[in-house]
Amino acid sequence: MLSERNLKKLDEMKKYYQTSQSLVLPALWMVQEEHGHISEDAMKYVAKLLGVPFGHILGVVTFYTMLHRKPIGRHHVEVCTNVSCMLRGADKIVEHLEKRLGIKMGETSRDRKWTLSEVECMGSCGTAPMFAVGEEYYENLTPEKIDKLIADLERK
Amino acid sequence: MEKYLLPDIRDLHRIDVYEAHGGYKAFRKALQMKTEDVTEEVKKSGLKGRGGACFPTGLKWTFMPKQSDKPKYLCVNGDESEPGTFKDRQIFEFNPHLMIEGTLIAAYAMGGSISYIYVRGEYGKWIKMIEKALHDAYAKGYIGQNILGSGFSTEIIVHRGAGAYICGEESALMNSIEGDRGYPRVKPPFPAQNGLWGRATTINNVETISNVPLIIDRGWEWYSKIGAPKYPGPILVGVSGHVNKPGVYELPTGVPLLEIIHKYAGGVPGNKAIKAVFPGGSSTMVLRGDQLEGVCMDAESLKAAGSSVGTAGLIVMDEDTDLIKVIARIAKFYYHESCGQCTPCREGTGWLWKILNRFENGEGRWEDIDLLLDVANNVEGNTICALGDAAAWPVQSMVRRFRDEFERRAKIPRPKVLEAVAV
Ligand SMILES: Cc1cc2nc3c(=O)[nH]c(=O)nc-3n(C[C@H](O)[C@H](O)[C@H](O)COP(=O)(O)O)c2cc1C
Repeated sequence: MLSERNLKKLDEMKKYYQTSQSLVLPALWMVQEEHGHISEDAMKYVAKLLGVPFGHILGVVTFYTMLHRKPIGRHHVEVCTNVSCMLRGADKIVEHLEKRLGIKMGETSRDRKWTLSEVECMGSCGTAPMFAVGEEYYENLTPEKIDKLIADLERK
Repeated sequence: MEKYLLPDIRDLHRIDVYEAHGGYKAFRKALQMKTEDVTEEVKKSGLKGRGGACFPTGLKWTFMPKQSDKPKYLCVNGDESEPGTFKDRQIFEFNPHLMIEGTLIAAYAMGGSISYIYVRGEYGKWIKMIEKALHDAYAKGYIGQNILGSGFSTEIIVHRGAGAYICGEESALMNSIEGDRGYPRVKPPFPAQNGLWGRATTINNVETISNVPLIIDRGWEWYSKIGAPKYPGPILVGVSGHVNKPGVYELPTGVPLLEIIHKYAGGVPGNKAIKAVFPGGSSTMVLRGDQLEGVCMDAESLKAAGSSVGTAGLIVMDEDTDLIKVIARIAKFYYHESCGQCTPCREGTGWLWKILNRFENGEGRWEDIDLLLDVANNVEGNTICALGDAAAWPVQSMVRRFRDEFERRAKIPRPKVLEAVAV
């Protein structure tokens, strides 16, 4: 389930943590990075790997919004609609994205290329409105900018 | 004024550039000092926490046991999830070694064996930047075993969150590091007695920790003279919303809010009037535009005005802003982020959102206005952690300071009997 490289990394991390349970989040992040989401099998795997009950892993996965139990689109567009972005026109960004991608908030496109999510403040208030795609932040958005970004990402 | 936290120096994130500008000098100096003296210096400087609760940093450090046969820990809080707050990210990107140096000095002062820099999961890109900086600091011998031949050893590691505002609350943060759901713990016991894995732990915000090298380098007296006397130092003010130049501005504490908005952030687009501001992130009490005269970015001044400094995330709203929409969105946030442990918060935040939704959709009732206050008052102070307060304060202050907006939006108008009384 996890690559040799990541298993080694987890092993090296052990010395910083008092319990193996503390490696739950790092291990889940690794699973998600390698597989795109965290399946039930993956949770069982992590449970066994760290000697933690499966129910505990499930509890952690369901607590954190960034951990996905289901596969999502290749490009995960996360739009901030919280107050600072809202004041600078996040509504229009959402509207434009839904129209351009042909999906509503919370949906994944049929071809599994796009997932659109509404998210809470991403710490980008000075460059609002914004969305993130994966780890990349796209800031000071305008409809024209979005069209170009989508075209660029389509090709990837 | 001169900038200390985010100076305009190219490539300061690189260790060689940081060193060339006096970087790690303060840490070298601290290593020559007695650990108590380092803490004393920070205490005397008057530095207060920049994470929202405004707690005196040096005093917090003295709560750590001096002698302990068990390891002690430090957590550097980079969860940065309070709406309107985007300052720690600037440190990660432009001056990560300052944070690392501050962490090292704090760990030395308290005898910390490992420091965890807890960073919100969304900041994946910035985590890579911090990890690069840590790698370079390890390579230069600033972190690890027998640092610079001093006999002092300490480790620093980044711990990545995964999307949960509550994990910025210090005890939830520790549970998150322990691999649990991010549920806040009942206090007491406080982290300095019973923190990570039951051991002595101190939690400080990224910006707080980044002030420490300045204090050690230039001395507490110099530091205590910057800005407002009771809340001294440089501060990263994040300005967002309706201003021409939103962004993070490093200023001395105590600058008037109107000066921040007009002089630094370029004023309000279209020269519109200011209707309202949240001075320190979405959880601080909202202030009316017409009450800002003389109010400064300082804990004392904001308290006197009926709000608080929070994270110094100043959110500006112009005269055309629909405040009902704003407060409904904020309420939705706290509802989404409530961890669900305490009934008043779990139920109350959802209830507040529901009522505010009614107003947003033109379905609000007259009696809903007082119901909002009633629900908020019953959440405030009745929960394990301060998320309940954070959810209550913006609603309470919005109703009290902008009651007319709610009255105008109420679908069912003011009852006749009240009408008579009002006349
Ligand atoms: C719901 C909630 C969220 C918080 N989020 C953060 C945060 O993201 N960053 C932070 O430094 N402090 C946050 N705090 C405050 C911490 O509990 C703690 O007071 C702070 O990290 C201490 O550091 P300081 O003394 O340097 O300010 C939060 C508190 C609450 C109640």
